Amino acid sequence: MATGTTDIRGERQSERWAFVGSLLQQQGVLIALLIVLAFGLLRYGENFRSSFNIWEMLRNNSYYGLIALGMTFVIMTGGIDLSVGAVVALTSVTAARLSPHGVLVATLGAIALGLGIGLINGGLIARFKIQPFIVTLAMLLACRGGALNLAHNANVSVDFASGFIDLGQKNLGRIPVPVVITVVAYLLASIVLNLTRFGRHTLAIGGNDEASRLAGLPVARTIVSVYALSGALAGLSGAILAALAFTGSPNYGIGWELTAIAAVVVGGTLLTGGRGSVWTTLVGVLLLGLIFNELNFERGKGIFELTQYWEEVIRGAFLLIVVIVQSRLTRRGPAALRT
Amino acid sequence: MTEAQPRRDFLLEMEEIRKIFPGVVALDGARLCVDRGEVHAIVGQNGAGKSTLIKILNGAYRRDGGRVVFDGRPVDFHSPQQAQSAGVSTIYQEINLVPFRSVAENIFMGREPRRFGFIDWRRMNREATEILGRFGVHLDVRQPLMNLNVALQQMVAIARAVSFESRLVIMDEPTSSLDEREVATLFDVIRGLKASGVSVIYISHRLDELHQIGDRITIMRDGKTVDERALSEISKLEIVARMLGKELGEVRREGATGFTKRDVQTTSAPLLEASGLRRGRALQGASVAVRPGEIVGLAGLLGSGRTEVARVVFGADSVEDGTVRFEGQPAAFHSPAGAIRTGIGLCSEDRKAEGIIPYMSVRENLTLAALPTLARNGIVDRNRQREVVDRFIMRLDIKTSSPEQRIRELSGGNQQKVLLARWLCLNPKLLILDEPTRGIDVGAKAEIQGLIDELADQGLGVLMISSEIEEIVEGSDRVTVLRDGRTVAEFDRDQISQDAIITAMAHGEDAAVHPPVGT
Amino acid sequence: MANLGRAGTASASTSALRLALPSWLRDASQTQRALSALVVLSLYNAIFTNNFLTLATLRVNLTQVATIVIVGVGMTLVIATGGIDLSVGALMAIAGMVAPKIFMSERGPLDSPWVAVPLAIVVPILVAGAFGVFNGTLVTWFRIQPIIATLVLFLGGRGIAKALSDGKLVEFRNPNFDYIGTGRPLGIPVQVILMAIIVALAAWVMRGTTFGRYVLATGGNEPAARLAGVPVDRVKIAVYAISGLLAGLAGLIVISLNTSADPYRVGEGMELDAIAAAAVGGTVLTGGRATVVGTLIGASIIHQIRYTLISHGVADGTTRIVVAATIILAVLLQWRGD
Repeated sequence: MATGTTDIRGERQSERWAFVGSLLQQQGVLIALLIVLAFGLLRYGENFRSSFNIWEMLRNNSYYGLIALGMTFVIMTGGIDLSVGAVVALTSVTAARLSPHGVLVATLGAIALGLGIGLINGGLIARFKIQPFIVTLAMLLACRGGALNLAHNANVSVDFASGFIDLGQKNLGRIPVPVVITVVAYLLASIVLNLTRFGRHTLAIGGNDEASRLAGLPVARTIVSVYALSGALAGLSGAILAALAFTGSPNYGIGWELTAIAAVVVGGTLLTGGRGSVWTTLVGVLLLGLIFNELNFERGKGIFELTQYWEEVIRGAFLLIVVIVQSRLTRRGPAALRT
Repeated sequence: MTEAQPRRDFLLEMEEIRKIFPGVVALDGARLCVDRGEVHAIVGQNGAGKSTLIKILNGAYRRDGGRVVFDGRPVDFHSPQQAQSAGVSTIYQEINLVPFRSVAENIFMGREPRRFGFIDWRRMNREATEILGRFGVHLDVRQPLMNLNVALQQMVAIARAVSFESRLVIMDEPTSSLDEREVATLFDVIRGLKASGVSVIYISHRLDELHQIGDRITIMRDGKTVDERALSEISKLEIVARMLGKELGEVRREGATGFTKRDVQTTSAPLLEASGLRRGRALQGASVAVRPGEIVGLAGLLGSGRTEVARVVFGADSVEDGTVRFEGQPAAFHSPAGAIRTGIGLCSEDRKAEGIIPYMSVRENLTLAALPTLARNGIVDRNRQREVVDRFIMRLDIKTSSPEQRIRELSGGNQQKVLLARWLCLNPKLLILDEPTRGIDVGAKAEIQGLIDELADQGLGVLMISSEIEEIVEGSDRVTVLRDGRTVAEFDRDQISQDAIITAMAHGEDAAVHPPVGT
Repeated sequence: MANLGRAGTASASTSALRLALPSWLRDASQTQRALSALVVLSLYNAIFTNNFLTLATLRVNLTQVATIVIVGVGMTLVIATGGIDLSVGALMAIAGMVAPKIFMSERGPLDSPWVAVPLAIVVPILVAGAFGVFNGTLVTWFRIQPIIATLVLFLGGRGIAKALSDGKLVEFRNPNFDYIGTGRPLGIPVQVILMAIIVALAAWVMRGTTFGRYVLATGGNEPAARLAGVPVDRVKIAVYAISGLLAGLAGLIVISLNTSADPYRVGEGMELDAIAAAAVGGTVLTGGRATVVGTLIGASIIHQIRYTLISHGVADGTTRIVVAATIILAVLLQWRGD
């Protein structure tokens, strides 16, 4: 029986193409990062290389990294979380209000609130089957409202005596605390994604909802969990932001959904779900961060006028390009196989 | 037919199965008995109830009556998972796996082996390799499933089923997208399963395969089991006859349909000439021609490419090779809109999915294709629209409380009349009707058939696809028979007979020359 | 058969929710339900809210609801084809930033208000319409799901608006231009007249024209519509273009009303308001069934909830939370209403 069957190994042209495509998609972002990095080192020299710039860049991208991490899990299930920016605002105010009670209470409070919001999002999506974008868009509105209430329509200063600001300002050795937290979060997330059933089920549900149901996977519970995770990480991000900026504000986080989604898709996670990785999201965050960092330098050289407001446009353009490329890839990949 | 079966120790016995959907009796008196370690084929036309029966077996549907005994115990599965853990696995036609995940993950999805709460990848990959190896499939189980071809994806689905220690594996059209070599591989695997004592239910419309792989066969028609036999005792021709509900050599009653015998001049120049149509595996050289005022029946078993021919001619699908001529002019339509402008209409076989716009009114549905002709500068001329709608409601005797009633509230027959009217109000030259009377009650059926006759008398060319042999035999002026995407026989009026058509459907090319007797 | 099997999958919790409604409310169409809700709200306000029944209040309310309705009409058409347009708020902001650039410019012929003001109205609307075509192209040619396709501009579009104005608030005084936000021929605010015309026109287009039927047929059953010769792709591009044009107009109304253009605030949250107005009014989010008049009612409800809360001294933040909850509830009820 073994003879005659071993020669079929799926090495058809179209399928190999899809595989090469996915490889390029996964490694492409890393290659791009290295190119951008090399460009920066060559062009801006010492200032760019100075450790201050690098650590500051990393510190100021840590909160993007955290919400992008949560967004990665949500997008892997085929969903979307448009509420993260507003959750950051709400939890930054919460953390500022709780800051007199110390760093632990403030941070955990912010995380718990984010988690609760995520649970509501996930519950409405999984239980009542409302489209994710409507639920999280309404949550965006509600969280901004909540933030305004909690902040009494103003910025809330943090308590400087309680040690809360250490969360954002302190360094462990030379490494800023937010960077440590972010790296640990990515490590844990990578373990969860690759080594736990929850992680694998997240990917399976996004890849084929119906098959997952038929295989008896806990679909609803998994969906609730990813939104809860996204909310909790946005809460942590809000706390770090408050500690970094010394204030919590209902106006924080406007447009951060874009930052997170752009980083996730630039990292190669499919917006339609089913495929992705946490590390490429981190590379995506760094790539975007580095590009904007270099634009700052470029502005410093006074060669061209490009205000910071173009950043959003550039992020949007990245999103557009990746979305178009992805739609091509997914159409050629599995579609050809499903016939 | 099924009398006095010696009492055997069946693995599965399903008897007197009933299933009713709102408004439709899907199964009534269905029976399925599967021996231990046998490959059991199920055949039947579209709507015969094969899928429903399988879904009742595997818990996707609940039955409304009847008994199911599996391995000596009465069972009533509530979900596919429950059936699976009891040893009944189903491999669906559209393979239900996750393309981006690895082969091993797909095999173990939902019960990944763990160590200290973490997934034990090494064990999972090792066991997956081992299971696939049992079928003679050796590949890197860490690669994503999407890298594999369809046949290997099938193997993975089977491996998943087997890894549940299944006693019974159901395969729904497993070969529909496989090439010959891949089919051979699949058959090796099925024989391997059989050798290890696993039973296989094999649903297929490819008759050639049944005798190669099957031990026994259950034939279904209209929600009933009509025959159950060892495959060694039944010929392909008999299988087809049973599926269609016909006895060979049976004298056909005249007037079983609403068609009347017509006298047509079939000498005029062809309206439509399509030849050598090719598209993927579905069409491999199909040809058909229709003259004005002629009804051409397009016959063939499920999967023979009938619908595909219709869609290609109508411009709904692109064609890879072949020519289409309309009124003598080359005509390659890239969209239905182009075909419609030229004077062609198509009534799809699936009224619900491709015909009606459910929440629109009868009036809107009826005039949807004609809107460009009923509007001036994009503004619909309500009076003309109303006039057209009223005329066709009268002429086709469409039973609706008002033209404003939503079409979804109408009976199947009346919906079909509205869809016919959608084309008739355009005064087409050619009408392609794909299963025009499927799922329609007897009265309305005869009415629609009579109407088709009348239209042809008025000079309309009709290409009629049907699974009902009477409809083809009584209604057609000429018949084209398709088999595996190829035109295998053509019959003129005086050559049309039930036996000839059935033989061509079952055997293909040589059928007309060598009328087979038995096998 | 597979379709028949699906009918029974509605989850128990949501049908329970629906059963909790009184029967007359359960059986009524969504639009009827919305209308009764609007009547109840208005009655409440007439009794408990000071000055509700004055002409001035009515005028203020109508003025504020007009932009939601105008954008909501475009959204209704998009939803009717089975799509969604998340970019409307951002397109309002873009149009709102383009206009001052034109009428505040003193270069060449733009110096004359007779040239500048008409251009400042037409050009921004066309720009927004062009972005709508862009959305439609992504949805049709590139076959990207509408949510994702319009997400690009929902997120990136506001960046374009900010880039156009360097992120600054632009204040202006231009009586000619301000007319579209503050003019009152016969005592009726201009945007209310525009709203009325747009609603009437759209309602007529949906009922009386080939295009309107094509929109509903596309959303009602796309494969069937294609087979009946409906130019599905062109129809889709057209609805996104219309949605863009109307968003552009709404953006101009907002900036002229405020006599300032704030790239952060113009059209903020409008996508949700517009979707909600359509959904509350009875347009089915899965496409194929749409009511423009329902959208007018839906927008009025959402606005009046906001007005009621604010005029009773409820904090702005709380108001937003209540509106968000209302929207979710409306979508829930509608989803079960089928």
